[in-house]
Amino acid sequence: MKKKMEQSDQPLSAGGMINPKKKKSKVSGSSINGWLFASPWIIGLLLFYAFPLFSSIYFSFTTYSILSPGEFIGLDNYKQLMSDGLFWKSIYNTIYFAVFFVPLSIIIGVALAMMLNMRVKGMAVYRTIFFLPTLVPHVALAVLWMWLLNPGFGLVNGVLDAIGITGPNWLGSVTWSKPSLILMSLWAIGQPVIIYLAGLGDIPQELYEAADVDGASWLQKTFKVTIPLLTPVIFFNLVMGAIGAFQQFTLPYTMTQGQGTPDNSMTFYVMYLYDNAFKYFQMGYASAMAWILFIVIMLLTAVIFISSKRWVHYQGK
Amino acid sequence: MQPKARQNLLRTSAHLGLLIASAFFLVPFLWMVSTSLKPVTQIFTYPPEMIPNPFQWSNYIEATQYIPFFTYLSNTTIITVFSTIGVVLSCPLVAYSFAKLEWKGRNTMFIITIAVMMIPMQVTMIPLFLLFNKIGWVGTPLPLIVPAFFGVPFSIFLMRQFFMGLPNTLRDAAKIDGASEFRIYWQIMLPLAKPAVLAVGLFQFMNVWTDFIGPLLYLTDESQYTLSLGLQQFQSQKGTEWGLMMAVSTMMTLPVIILFFFMQRTFIQGITFSGIK
Repeated sequence: MKKKMEQSDQPLSAGGMINPKKKKSKVSGSSINGWLFASPWIIGLLLFYAFPLFSSIYFSFTTYSILSPGEFIGLDNYKQLMSDGLFWKSIYNTIYFAVFFVPLSIIIGVALAMMLNMRVKGMAVYRTIFFLPTLVPHVALAVLWMWLLNPGFGLVNGVLDAIGITGPNWLGSVTWSKPSLILMSLWAIGQPVIIYLAGLGDIPQELYEAADVDGASWLQKTFKVTIPLLTPVIFFNLVMGAIGAFQQFTLPYTMTQGQGTPDNSMTFYVMYLYDNAFKYFQMGYASAMAWILFIVIMLLTAVIFISSKRWVHYQGK
Repeated sequence: MQPKARQNLLRTSAHLGLLIASAFFLVPFLWMVSTSLKPVTQIFTYPPEMIPNPFQWSNYIEATQYIPFFTYLSNTTIITVFSTIGVVLSCPLVAYSFAKLEWKGRNTMFIITIAVMMIPMQVTMIPLFLLFNKIGWVGTPLPLIVPAFFGVPFSIFLMRQFFMGLPNTLRDAAKIDGASEFRIYWQIMLPLAKPAVLAVGLFQFMNVWTDFIGPLLYLTDESQYTLSLGLQQFQSQKGTEWGLMMAVSTMMTLPVIILFFFMQRTFIQGITFSGIK
């Protein structure tokens, strides 16, 4: 069946080689092929994205739970959320994490990538070392850092003790639990670093040579050449990093066994959403939370996109 | 002014900086491996010691008995392998259609595909759970495997960027020889895209191997658990079995490291971000 379509298509594509515009005129065999090749994803898109997306809007207006079909209650879920203390607490925790983690990950990521871009011997080994933590599964990473930060027998406080500092109770303390999480998230920073490295490789060497001729110092080259030309990559990592930071789940969930201890200082937005949906079976309520998250992420992405016109420099422009 | 001495100083300070930073990344990892080999008494000594004394290899055997390790390992392997097969079959096919075939609505579909990447999984999670529950798939690994056969947006995007970089000449020549579109894809274009296929496959393998929330949602029976879920069972009311937990963590990390080590060159070749600029 497929063959027939191909054959009728041949003369058309041969013409298309010379004048590709011509093909647009009608639904050709090639068009059917295009849809056929893309069909798994089109089905997937409808089934696993479009359908759940739209049903979750509907659920957010109902008292739906897995146990009962629920009823339509309009905006009540949203109103109830506004007076839910734990909802606001989870927002505070999530923003706290994002505000510190995202800028730190960019500064440290760029700095590391610049270090890993130097021409010194043994760079392959260094690069492997920096990427190693990224390969550790998140559950294992959580477990490992719980042990490293253990106040009684952990390595971190052991080292601090050796230089005369009494380490805090880290994950057991309301003040230090979120900084601990930021620290361990920074440990697994390999993926953005690799992307920054690729971006550094794209900067034409001539620019540095020209700067050298002009007698530019290392600092001037970094801030006038490297950073501006790296901004498209920083932009990409900023969007991805911000989206990721708002969806923090696995690390705090496994470390606190879903409890968000101590004193809900580790209850992040998505954890509270998960609890509402699958612990308390308030799926309508949780869907409302999911939609608020979606809208916040969309707004945030839009803001980053709009601001990018001011600070992202593309080569060749 | 001695340029040579200055060069040496620069090089030494570069190494020094790299070494200090490396310590931050390497030591926690070594600490995991070291703890996994320590006898219980040494785990709880203070100040902490880096080298296990004696090396307690039996931790590894004990860890595999404390939880049904091999059951969890085979569950994890089955889910990972099948969903990787799914992605490797579906994503290049769809990406090829986005990159090389001309069809009405193609650009709109591609923009939708990119937009979908920004939907947080929490938004679709609840209705999907209800859907899988209705058709009786909750409590089976199917919800973790089947969707992969319909494509993953990020991987489609990555594959499409790669196909865009391949020249059209081979495809046109094969067309003139009368090869069908599927044959051109399967016998000419797909083999050329091998680095990208490997990258996409590796991404999927790593994501699924380490996935936590997926198994947490859909695997209800303990006999179906994956290693990610099993790791939690070392924490109980009585305390935490640190040594055994680190042994399983090490065993869980090892396959990913080996895979990455052998495939890193092809892996980095396969990632083409040039299209996002």
